Amino acid sequence: MKPRTADKVATAVIVTFALLIVAILISLLGYILIRGMNHISWDFLTSAPQKIRAGGGVGPQLFNSLFLLVLTLIITVPLGLGAGIFMAEYARPGKLTNFIRLVVEVLSSFPSIIVGLFGLLLIVNTFNLGFSLISGALALTFFNLPLMVRITEQAFRTVPKQQKEAGFALGLSKWKIVTSVLLPVALPTIITGTILSAGRVFGEAAALMFTAGMSSPRLDFSNWNPLSPSSPLNPFRPAETLAVHIWKVNSEGLAPDALQIAAGASAVLVLTVLIFNLAARYFGRFIYRKLTASKRMN
Amino acid sequence: MGIAEPVVRESFQTEELSIFYGTYEAVKGISLPFAQNTVTALIGPSGCGKSTFLRSLNRMNDDISGSTTKGSIWIDGIDINASGTDVIKLRQKIGMVWQKPNPFYKSIYDNIAFGPKYHGVKGKQALDEIVESSLRRAALWDEVKDRLKDSALALSGGQQQRLCIARALSVNPQILLLDEPASALDPVSTGKVEELIKELKEELRIVIVTHNMQQAARISDYTAYFYLGSLVEYDKTEKVFTNPENQMTQEYIMGRFG
Amino acid sequence: MRVKSKNSRLEKHHIENLVGRIYMSFCVLLLVVIIVSMVYFVASKGIANFVNGEVKISEFLLGTKWAPEADTPSYGAFPFISGSFLVTLLAALIASPLSICAALFMTEIVPGWGKKLLQPVIELLSGIPSVVYGFVGLSVIVPFLRDTLPGQGIGVAAGALVLSVMILPTITSVAADALASLPQNLKESSFALGATRWQTISRVILPTTFPAIMTGVVLGMARAFGEALAVQMVIGNAPFIPHSLFESASTLTSVITLGMGNTTMGSPQNNALWSMALVLMLMTFVFVLLVRMLERRNKI
Repeated sequence: MKPRTADKVATAVIVTFALLIVAILISLLGYILIRGMNHISWDFLTSAPQKIRAGGGVGPQLFNSLFLLVLTLIITVPLGLGAGIFMAEYARPGKLTNFIRLVVEVLSSFPSIIVGLFGLLLIVNTFNLGFSLISGALALTFFNLPLMVRITEQAFRTVPKQQKEAGFALGLSKWKIVTSVLLPVALPTIITGTILSAGRVFGEAAALMFTAGMSSPRLDFSNWNPLSPSSPLNPFRPAETLAVHIWKVNSEGLAPDALQIAAGASAVLVLTVLIFNLAARYFGRFIYRKLTASKRMN
Repeated sequence: MGIAEPVVRESFQTEELSIFYGTYEAVKGISLPFAQNTVTALIGPSGCGKSTFLRSLNRMNDDISGSTTKGSIWIDGIDINASGTDVIKLRQKIGMVWQKPNPFYKSIYDNIAFGPKYHGVKGKQALDEIVESSLRRAALWDEVKDRLKDSALALSGGQQQRLCIARALSVNPQILLLDEPASALDPVSTGKVEELIKELKEELRIVIVTHNMQQAARISDYTAYFYLGSLVEYDKTEKVFTNPENQMTQEYIMGRFG
Repeated sequence: MRVKSKNSRLEKHHIENLVGRIYMSFCVLLLVVIIVSMVYFVASKGIANFVNGEVKISEFLLGTKWAPEADTPSYGAFPFISGSFLVTLLAALIASPLSICAALFMTEIVPGWGKKLLQPVIELLSGIPSVVYGFVGLSVIVPFLRDTLPGQGIGVAAGALVLSVMILPTITSVAADALASLPQNLKESSFALGATRWQTISRVILPTTFPAIMTGVVLGMARAFGEALAVQMVIGNAPFIPHSLFESASTLTSVITLGMGNTTMGSPQNNALWSMALVLMLMTFVFVLLVRMLERRNKI
């Protein structure tokens, strides 16, 4: 083949493959949303699932997913901030830093099912917390923590180093500089990253099957006493999430409308992730303007 | 070296100060006095150690791994380079302003009030007063008094630099270190900053690193010429610029003027 | 720390720095404790069968018969180990060319809008949860394969296809970063010699960025190897070595997913599942090691 012809053919192949990926995404999203939207209604989103009859909803599962996400973020964010700040501002090049970096890398590479199994051994059995929201939240913490560390470290690294110098020259302690000068600058990036990671947490199932469990007790949404077993807020009750529910319905669902329920639940899951993605972009910009009190910066 | 070992120490001076990066000696045993109410200019070609020297005066080099310092920096009879020094407290006495304006990502007001608040000034009125007086001393008050809540990043480069000077003044330093404070500014802003330096020396002592010979001649009382980490010449600015002792100094100054 | 007050009184800034140090040390220490206990717990369960003589390592790794409930139970995990490698390699084979083309599209063909178009596509693809991939695989790919090709639809091919879409974003973003970081003059000198774009890409750009692109491929394979639910939903879960791509099979993750809830903790069958988890964990180390080796090569 002549070079010119080869060039044209190769370009055509590259463009075709690239557009194929776009087509895959569009058809994926289209399929999930169109198939699922038909099934989504207020009733579907709020009512409890049915075991063998049609017409069940995903209300408790949706609530569990959101509640678990909040619990996970409450635990993960402070821990990730601490370790990330250490890596960005305190760690000096050397063996210890390399070791911690390796730990973060390995932890983030573990398959989520391994994280779930570890949760089963340590939290569910050894700590005897059983299949519960709190077990699930801890497992998700192991799963999300390395990402949070990276997000924090990268966010702090983008802060100009002159900011730190200015703080030093005023006679501030290093920790004060980190928390009051650098953190506000890094926060928009951290928040954007956190929201994106929240999407990942929201859709996670493998780490939860053996920690938060695959069932949800009958919830009484008028009972807000966190110690009562039927209260939605009780952190020690089992809590099947939306993602786990999709898996369960697909693999062992007995209800005649199992596929529709899976479709509806998938659409809810994907929509939530889409919203998280958009929110991450928007909120990052908004908070930046707020914290820097700037009007002209974008 | 141009000066003999002083019998009575100035209240601010260095003594045989050397700075190493690893084994490389960036500053070689420099002794310099800084008199009250004077501006001392540090000049010399790039890489001559003058900025490193300036940064060591408030121990900013501490944060660079692999850098070590020998010798003494005396302030009011105390060697701040000794290992027991509370560096954080020390820095409160020595303000610093850099080449590139680096206001905090906060409002104009908070940029100034942040330091005093940290060091224990309480009450809105007290802080308001400090903000106003600092901004006035930095000749910025009239330009920003109506928009103190705006972001400092919305100011022009020259305004930002004066804000940084005001921020340094807010904690009442005795010494002000300026690292090429006007090199990133336009001529009008440069003029304002120079004017400001002359006024501020009435209250404190100033050490300035500059590449601009005219600027050194205009604003400083003493000039020190650095070359390859050594102090080549130190004298009254008039003397250094009109009749330098050292051939190298003369060539450098002439070259930069030409 | 060197910073000490003359009269060694604890002042505000010392306390602040101390609090910060303690807080950060706690977080970092926790990370280390998590990883150490993870390795310890999974490993100690994973070797239980071998230590108490229930199963031989060689039988577990190479045995082809998985019959834990038979009268003379056998715990051969080779079908699952090979199944995991098979779907992972197939997925990488499908996804790599697509991803590299997408990366070239973003950086070389139309650097402007190509990136604007594909960047969000890649982000969204990586954001879709794996159970949703499993669901779409089960309700679209499986019926499609069943109707067009021999077999039941479920099987190795379906698993590999689902996984390939899931690892597209990983490989694409790493490859695109590698291509974008290539020095401009490298390309220009090739163009200056009269080379066409494809000649430049195939002779200069791809060879130079090969280790970096391979890093992306390995990261993608790591994700595919560890993915559990999406594969489990479409692969069929038969405990045999498949004879064709359209036959039902199992992976390590799919067997663990299905078995862990249905076996008694401490039983040989349950411990065999933990041995599989240990294999998964060891493979993670291998993947991390590979990535590190490739990154080191990339620096030179």
